[in-house]
Amino acid sequence: MKLTSNIAAGSEAFRANEAANLDALRVVQEAAQHAALGGGEGPRERHESRGKMLPRDRVANLLDPGSPFLEVGATAAHGLYDGAAPCAGVIAGIGLVQGRQVMVVCNDATVKGGTYYPMTVKKHLRAQEIAEENHLPCVYLVDSGGANLPNQDEVFPDRDHFGRIFYNQARMSAKGIAQIAVVMGSCTAGGAYVPAMSDVTIIVKEQGTIFLAGPPLVKAATGEVVTAEDLGGGDVHTRLSGVADYLAEDDAHALALARQAVGNIGGGIDGATQGEAPAYDPSELLGVVPASLTTPYDIREVIARIVDGSRFDEFKKRFGETLVTGFAEICGMQVGIIANNGVLFSEAAQKGAHFVELCSQRRIPLVFLQNITGFMVGRQYENEGIARHGAKLVTAVATTSVPKITMVIGGSFGAGNYGMAGRAYQPRFMWSWPNSRISVMGGPQAAGVLATVKRDGIERKGGTWSAEEEAAFKQPTIDMFEEQSHPLYASARLWDDGIVDPRKARDVLALSLRAALTPPIEETRFGVFRM
Amino acid sequence: MFNKILIANRGEIACRIIDTCRRLGVGTVAVHSDVDANARHVEMADEAISLGGATPAESYLRGDAIIAAAKATGAQAIHPGYGFLSENPDFVEAVEQAGLTFIGPSAHAIRAMGLKDAAKALMVKAGVPVVPGYHEASQDNLAAEADKIGYPVLIKAVAGGGGKGMRRVNAAKDFAQELEAAQTEAQKAFGNAAVLIEKYVSTPRHIEVQVFGDGTKAVHLFERDCSLQRRHQKVIEEAPAPGMTPEMRDAMGQAAVRAAEAVGYAGAGTVEFIVDASDGLQADRFYFMEMNTRLQVEHPVTEAITGVDLVEWQLRVASGQGLPAQQDDLSITGHSFEARIYAEDVPAGFLPAIGTLHQLHFADGARIDTGVRKGDEISPHYDPMIAKLTVHGPDRATALAQLTRALKATRIGGTVTNIGFLAALSEHSGFAAGDVDTGLIERDLEALTKATAPCTKTRALAAVATLGLHRTVPAFAGVSLWGGVEQTARFAFDEDETAQVETLSPTQFRVTLADAIHDIIHTDGTWRVDGAKTAASVWCNGDQGAVFWGETYPFTVVDPLDRAAVQGAGDGVTRAPMPGLVRVVDVAAGAQVKAGDRLLVLEAMKMEHALRAEADGTVAEVMTSAGDQVTAGAALVRMEADD
Repeated sequence: MKLTSNIAAGSEAFRANEAANLDALRVVQEAAQHAALGGGEGPRERHESRGKMLPRDRVANLLDPGSPFLEVGATAAHGLYDGAAPCAGVIAGIGLVQGRQVMVVCNDATVKGGTYYPMTVKKHLRAQEIAEENHLPCVYLVDSGGANLPNQDEVFPDRDHFGRIFYNQARMSAKGIAQIAVVMGSCTAGGAYVPAMSDVTIIVKEQGTIFLAGPPLVKAATGEVVTAEDLGGGDVHTRLSGVADYLAEDDAHALALARQAVGNIGGGIDGATQGEAPAYDPSELLGVVPASLTTPYDIREVIARIVDGSRFDEFKKRFGETLVTGFAEICGMQVGIIANNGVLFSEAAQKGAHFVELCSQRRIPLVFLQNITGFMVGRQYENEGIARHGAKLVTAVATTSVPKITMVIGGSFGAGNYGMAGRAYQPRFMWSWPNSRISVMGGPQAAGVLATVKRDGIERKGGTWSAEEEAAFKQPTIDMFEEQSHPLYASARLWDDGIVDPRKARDVLALSLRAALTPPIEETRFGVFRM
Repeated sequence: MFNKILIANRGEIACRIIDTCRRLGVGTVAVHSDVDANARHVEMADEAISLGGATPAESYLRGDAIIAAAKATGAQAIHPGYGFLSENPDFVEAVEQAGLTFIGPSAHAIRAMGLKDAAKALMVKAGVPVVPGYHEASQDNLAAEADKIGYPVLIKAVAGGGGKGMRRVNAAKDFAQELEAAQTEAQKAFGNAAVLIEKYVSTPRHIEVQVFGDGTKAVHLFERDCSLQRRHQKVIEEAPAPGMTPEMRDAMGQAAVRAAEAVGYAGAGTVEFIVDASDGLQADRFYFMEMNTRLQVEHPVTEAITGVDLVEWQLRVASGQGLPAQQDDLSITGHSFEARIYAEDVPAGFLPAIGTLHQLHFADGARIDTGVRKGDEISPHYDPMIAKLTVHGPDRATALAQLTRALKATRIGGTVTNIGFLAALSEHSGFAAGDVDTGLIERDLEALTKATAPCTKTRALAAVATLGLHRTVPAFAGVSLWGGVEQTARFAFDEDETAQVETLSPTQFRVTLADAIHDIIHTDGTWRVDGAKTAASVWCNGDQGAVFWGETYPFTVVDPLDRAAVQGAGDGVTRAPMPGLVRVVDVAAGAQVKAGDRLLVLEAMKMEHALRAEADGTVAEVMTSAGDQVTAGAALVRMEADD
């Protein structure tokens, strides 16, 4: 049935919420804008003066005209490496090429020559993970000097480091997920394997180079003096070595060739539509969501502004009321929605597990709207076995085969994060709102726990601890939690796939679902439920 | 009335004849060439017979096959339309011998009017004025004859042609000198110094009178002014003629009726006069030129002002009914213009063009005679006419305003057209003032054919269309998490340009040109630019597109994949500008040529096009030979530049 909103758009409370949420949004927006500029003015000018297109222009012109772009990790590495790697030096996201959803990974050579920082590697691998899970062809727009040498210990040796990129390429190719590389600049050392491991490779003449060792290293190693073009330019690789397949005149030509290559993958053309709009304007979400995480509100107000026609078939409405579950459509795609409406009790956890089972059997993807302080604590709840009931939900969420999309729209604390398909539960996509916070528990709670332990110790030794001393002790912890739970902090480290303007939540969920629905949904086999 | 007729024609005229037949309940049989198998006239007709082939000689000129088709389908009569077999007396006789009716004049009438000199003599006898002149063999008293005719006069070589041996003389004192020059030239050019003398008509207008006969008696349906011509091709026709006086109309009408009756004319015909308009229209200054023994292309303007369906009259008279009206029953209501819309490359010198009509939209409120539909092809085999656009208003000024409006609302994509030229002509101040003569277009050709430069808004629309966003936008168009996605459109009006197009939503675009930024909203085919609703529409298909906004602004889309074309420029290869037949090859491999030298001649669409060397050089290779049929873009001659 159609949801009815009780929010008075334009009311004082609404406007206050909106103002606070816009402030939170602005902070993220500025970070995203800064990241989008890559290495900044100087490097961008030098890049363009070489006749190269800027990385975002490369991505744009690879995509179909008007294509949406579901960018992943738009503020990755924000505040890391002293700000040396905006956007982690690589652009990643899903867009349409020849009507087909494609994962694009584009090095930004204006950021330290496109070299791989630890977060660059993590982001590249995350993009590949999304592509593999959702069966999206990959197009790599390569322009990178390879590993960032000062950080080599954090980018080269471990399992999820540089080598994993080529491992993923091989594995995806084996699964029939097309791997296409466009060499638009350097592709040195390990980077040389990106084009070499691709199914189809395009190289820009007198601009793209592929070699295991560049001219300086060759000279040092063997004394041979050779130009970059003769060593591994487009002409060499398309005519002699066979490392690349198509020779492009310039960036625009290369991108056109890449579009042509994607068009020749065959099958898989996306026929998505935008569906019926919600009956309530999604832009009202900024006024619906309270300025403070501690203010409770009805989650159905959010659902009403996300789903088609604001229609929501609510399941088990009268039981475990702090977890709202039900069926809806988002842009014509059927989904099961699991949304927090307060702290999780045993009944709510059981209801959630039940609903996940239902959707799994019916192969309906799940959308988690996460705003959770955690499971209820206290003797009564522990004694009735809330951990057992919580485990049911966690088991169901962990083992279901249906795609999960998680959107953190408020708090994401403690075990609630697990039950609501946090990052560890491998949702296909995980997005956050600017007002959201994520940490093991709330900052004041954490400070309180530490203070209690400290006070016990002081008092055991017969000492005293004044309220001022306690407050001073707690403040650094509160500050640390505040900083570390901010979505920009989380997104910088790729704990999520990016921060989303709540007004775009519907579109982002729809694009995520569309990608997630590319491969068929497999049958679920749950683990043992602790009954 | 006939039960069924065969229409031995194609295109708009065949369709127009079928229209009237349908209205009268007369069955129709179309004939068609292979390339016209799915043409509009075939679709409209009740039955259709294939003549095979492509060229007129292989199809529409095959009289025997056409007569056989009529016999086979039980058609009682054949309507020839215009062109093709319409003025072929042998065909008329063959039709009649086959026991069928030819809808048109007798073979005798066609023959009488077909021989220009004999026709003129016949007209003199019938009291129809002809251009005063001296055509006798004797060359003894030429100066006196010139005096008799009255200056200015024209001295022409009897064996003449191509302007050689032709001299205009304004006054008697110059006659002797000009005569000698003309005779010398004629002797040199033709080996015959004999000349004739004619009155020189200094401000000539082409005014023709529509006549209709029943074989003995004839009436006229007033005049048409066809003075707007380019190289003897009529461009815009109107009726009545501007500045026409009742006396002159009467005199011309009566002369035309006399001309028709002199040859026992049956059916629709046109008597063409040249009018000396140097002193305005004078009732004694019109001269018979020739009679067209068929229905004319421009007949709709007469139909508009008289309310007569000339094809209906043709059918009635041919089926043995009398003239449907007497002279006194006929009158003029209002004013009418007809413009001929052609697939023509105006800037390239009105070269005939071809193409697929991906976009074809005509204005409401105008009569459209056309033989093509959206998606049809303008082929190189026939006349590249797309449509005739006819307007009818209460007075000349109103009708002219309607013409301008209708031309500007016409949207044709897939080929270049002469619409811009027609629209410019319809707004020509001299034309508006009724100051027409056959030299008007040539005098102001540069201004009339000057393409209007597209404004930034037009270019912004072209950018959107270049990306195909006028047609389809993907689902979730314009959705991105933070910054927008700006895409590059590469297109060319005159010169290649790029624009950045940001899709803000499925209906909203922001276009950044080198010199402007415009916000565009597209809903249900309506374009808003910077908030203002516009009359613009856009079309784009493959590498061609057009913005229709008062005028047609064609552009090309630059395909980023098409790099070979870029490299191909300046490769010294001369390519066929259009499909055609190689008539003459002037050069052979090894020949030294200068820039501008003719390399070969391509015949296409009844015209011969000389292809010339672009620069000095040596012919490296000739890839064709005379008699070859070549496609547009075919490489013909490769040159190597001299170092």
